[in-house]
Amino acid sequence: MGAEGIGAAVRRKEDFRFLTGRGNYTDDINRPGQTHAYFLRSQVAHATIGKIDTSKAAKAPGVVAIFTGADFAADGKGGLPCGWLVKNKDGSPMQEPPHPVLAQGKVRHVGDPIAVVIAETREQAKDAAELIDVQLTELPVVGTMADAVKPGAAKIHDGGNVCYDWHIGDKDACEAAFKKAFKVAKLDLVNNRLIPNAMEPRAAIGDFDRATGEYTLYTTSQNPHVIRLLMGAFVLQIPESRLRVVAPDVGGGFGSKIFHYAEEATVTWASAKVGRPIKWTCDRAESFMSDAHGRDHVSHAEMAMDKDGKFLALRVKTDANMGAYLSTFAPAVPTYLYATLLAGVYTTPVVYAEVRALFTNTVPVDAYRGAGRPEATFLLERLVDNCAAEMGMDRVEIRKRNFIPSDAFPYQTPVALQYDSGDYQATLASALKISDWAGFEARRAEAKKRGKLRGIGISTYLEACGIAPSAVVGSLGARAGLYECANIRVHPTGSVTVFTGCHSHGQGHETTYAQLVADRLGISIDQIEVSHGDTNKIPFGMGTYGSRSLAVGGTAIVKALDKIVDKAKKIAAHLLEASPADIELKDGKFVVAGTDKAKAFGEISLAAYVPHNYPIDTVEPGLEETAFYDPKNFTFPGGCHICEVEIDPDTGVTKVVKFTAVDDVGRVVNPMIVEGQVHGGLAQGIGQALLETCVYDGNGQLRSGSYMDYTMPRADDLPSFDVATQSTLCTHNPLGVKGVGEVGAIGSPPAVINAVVDALRETGVRHIDMPATPAKIWALLNSGRRAAAE
Amino acid sequence: MYDFAYHKPASVADAVKLLGADGEAKPLAGGQTLIPTLKQRLARPTAVVDLGAIKDLAGISVAGGKVTIGAMTKHADVAASADVKKALPALAALAGGIGDPAVRHRGTIGGSIANNDPAADYPAACLALGATIKTNKREIAADDFFRGMFETALDAGELIVSVSFPVAEKAAYMKFDQPASRYALVGVFVAKTAGGVRVAVTGAAASVFRWKEAEAALSKSFAAASLDGVKASASGLNSDIHGSAEYRAHLIGVMAKRAVAAA
Ligand SMILES: Cc1cc2nc3c(=O)[nH]c(=O)nc-3n(C[C@H](O)[C@H](O)[C@H](O)COP(=O)(O)OP(=O)(O)OC[C@H]3O[C@@H](n4cnc5c(N)ncnc54)[C@H](O)[C@@H]3O)c2cc1C
Repeated sequence: MGAEGIGAAVRRKEDFRFLTGRGNYTDDINRPGQTHAYFLRSQVAHATIGKIDTSKAAKAPGVVAIFTGADFAADGKGGLPCGWLVKNKDGSPMQEPPHPVLAQGKVRHVGDPIAVVIAETREQAKDAAELIDVQLTELPVVGTMADAVKPGAAKIHDGGNVCYDWHIGDKDACEAAFKKAFKVAKLDLVNNRLIPNAMEPRAAIGDFDRATGEYTLYTTSQNPHVIRLLMGAFVLQIPESRLRVVAPDVGGGFGSKIFHYAEEATVTWASAKVGRPIKWTCDRAESFMSDAHGRDHVSHAEMAMDKDGKFLALRVKTDANMGAYLSTFAPAVPTYLYATLLAGVYTTPVVYAEVRALFTNTVPVDAYRGAGRPEATFLLERLVDNCAAEMGMDRVEIRKRNFIPSDAFPYQTPVALQYDSGDYQATLASALKISDWAGFEARRAEAKKRGKLRGIGISTYLEACGIAPSAVVGSLGARAGLYECANIRVHPTGSVTVFTGCHSHGQGHETTYAQLVADRLGISIDQIEVSHGDTNKIPFGMGTYGSRSLAVGGTAIVKALDKIVDKAKKIAAHLLEASPADIELKDGKFVVAGTDKAKAFGEISLAAYVPHNYPIDTVEPGLEETAFYDPKNFTFPGGCHICEVEIDPDTGVTKVVKFTAVDDVGRVVNPMIVEGQVHGGLAQGIGQALLETCVYDGNGQLRSGSYMDYTMPRADDLPSFDVATQSTLCTHNPLGVKGVGEVGAIGSPPAVINAVVDALRETGVRHIDMPATPAKIWALLNSGRRAAAE
Repeated sequence: MYDFAYHKPASVADAVKLLGADGEAKPLAGGQTLIPTLKQRLARPTAVVDLGAIKDLAGISVAGGKVTIGAMTKHADVAASADVKKALPALAALAGGIGDPAVRHRGTIGGSIANNDPAADYPAACLALGATIKTNKREIAADDFFRGMFETALDAGELIVSVSFPVAEKAAYMKFDQPASRYALVGVFVAKTAGGVRVAVTGAAASVFRWKEAEAALSKSFAAASLDGVKASASGLNSDIHGSAEYRAHLIGVMAKRAVAAA
């Protein structure tokens, strides 16, 4: 591996600039002549738009222009596209209502943009926006999914409030299995809606160059090429050759910066209209009501078991909230990223899931760290605990009995996926040991003496990431391929620039990718720069999400390295007067096998660019290669998370006192970065389980619209984590890597809630919805106390 | 924010004059509440009168059985003051539990009390200790000062100059954090002073209030067990996404007992 190669815990190259305040974020960029945009947003959840009078605002100081949805329509521009088509049970396509960039005819959620004011300063744009007179006629509000399907409910879109009614699995086989069941465990549960809250709010600068006719969009994106494709082709009709999208340093995304947003299209389009660059920077309150939210499922699940506690069949019914419009990948999340995961780590032979996606007068919902897999994992791992209770079996034992055995891979699940590798008994055993599961009862008893209710919870999870084989996702409705691209440019003196289509916004690609190259070429990571985020530099790319950057993006780099090494060997062979077949790359040197004849990597690169003594008839000068890699399958990280909590029965406060995570993420390139990714994911998972939730009132007003009411996890909410990796290798990519970006957020919520329920079990509590806040726990305990007293 | 004029007077008299001349002017202390309010365009003062240059408004003194704290004294300074820690440790601890370090290094006692946020901490100390709020023109007893949600006895243009707290024989503050904001969902300050036992509750209702039943019980015997069976009523308490009125009523009891035990 070498000191900097695969497996080395080298420090992150990018951290120097971040820690010294030298990052370059979208809001740090200022273009000459720049103007500022402010979006006038709807303050009501559902209304028809009458006249919009901008005449007063147009005359306000500093105002350059004001545009509304009508201007967009008059200019023949399109709406925001949806990147995934899901089909109904009967095979008909989902309802795909228009998603205007600026509202047209109606507003459908608080925060829906109605108009944009462009002015010399941001404050002037805000001042002017207050002078816009919008006539709104309020309509009944569909605040919740239950409201959406009530008879006579107001229709958010012409086609009603159902986006699709989809299913997967064998319904008949499922019913037959339930008929044979010895016992059935049931569970109703909610997967709470979350607001992503990346540290950097979204921002965008549109810059049209009249001299060249080229548009540039600087934006806070996880995937600049995807934005170029969606915005150029579907919204603004600008060819790729004249549209450059730059996503510079981005301060966290967690999914919420995958999607193509209205503000991006608006500033790009309007910059040509006003002939000046336009900057928009979201403020925090605005991001609460305009960034796509995550999760938001309501489900009922049932597991049929035989007399030994073996799972016979799983039946799930889920309603998933889409919000008011379809965000870019929204339809895929509660279907192909959710229901396909319901087999989990178990041999359950039959799974049948029905998913209804519903529109409500709320902010659109889309992928958020884990995207569908946390929802599946929470449901399954909570249900498995109920299975154990129903059978009177131990929670660990029932899991062990139902695990897919380590020799059963490749394993075909009843819900489309084929797992390539894993060893669930091994991750379980390791987590049980690290967490001292066996010694728990003593800790419970000791806590009880202190008046605390202590509980322990486990989650043995699996997820599918490394997305994704293009043909597979295409057959499932994706309107894009999900390969990745890498370009490796070896410079004359042997330094290397890696151009990757995967964007880094906290993941540490600049280090991890450099380690891949260092490992292969035997050069120092200081000689390697990783470049990403600019469509004019990178050939192409699908971006970063779905824990794909190493499994897909990293493999593209490996493939490009293969080509580099191949060509370098030919050059070396020429210089060493040997046959290319006899050349080996060893410790940064090209060696003639079995001799001490060698050329350093730098000598080869120099020869490639100064081809005086060179095989010019057969080998082109230069040393630069591009590879596109389309994965053969998803990757399947998994593992075991164990959480221990103490509850103060007087106040209902839960403290996470111990958390163990043993994850199988495939080969580990940088253990420190892997640990950091797990830590962040656990913080988000524990945040979902205990703290975070998005609350709308019946009028569609956001009650958790700021940090005063939306509880982000903080360091003192979390214990010191015990994390470890216990890997099996992915069998279908050359690095054997699986992915680590999302495992923490996927595996942890059920471990936490299972621990809370375990702590409360003696009081009669069987389930609690997330987040398990002190108030909720106290109410449960209090009703238990009251019941006991009566 | 909207435009406003900015003044930075060097004396209380000049500040009062500026405020008196303009009914829409607002004093600015640490700005931890006022600045966000301006940024969100929820207030539109014509002028902001920054009290930051008035030297004699900040400072702590302990004398004659009283801890006197200047209006512009920052929470962090109260928390760190050896004098306060010695004379009224409960007050130093309360100040050290307000917000986060950044807030404590800007926010002031005068601003906190003038603002009278229903979930703020200092009002509970003022009421439980029977503090006296000194303004540029009079002295107001804490019992008369806190009038309702964000409402005080201050007249327009009247400035808080300092707050005097009688030292206590026993005192403690217990705060149950609202999980998101970490203001008090319920905060209870109990104090036994020469004036008797007082229990003040913040966070639970529209404004800080005294819990008289607990005071009566603790007057007989200042021990946590005295509160067994004494229940705060949920009627009139706040109810929101972080807790029902019943939950708050329950927490008042729990926090009061813990405060008594800690005092
Ligand atoms: C993130 C955050 C967390 C916080 N957490 C807590 C908490 O846990 N507990 C808590 O109690 N508080 C909390 N606060 C509030 C903070 O502690 C300040 O006390 C409060 O904001 C007011 O003090 P200030 O000095 O900032 O006043 P300003 O914001 O400057 O002023 C507040 C109001 O008081 C008026 N005013 C200021 N000084 C005087 C004066 N001398 N005479 C008359 N009127 C005056 C102003 O005109 C204004 O109306 C928090 C604030 C923030 C931003």
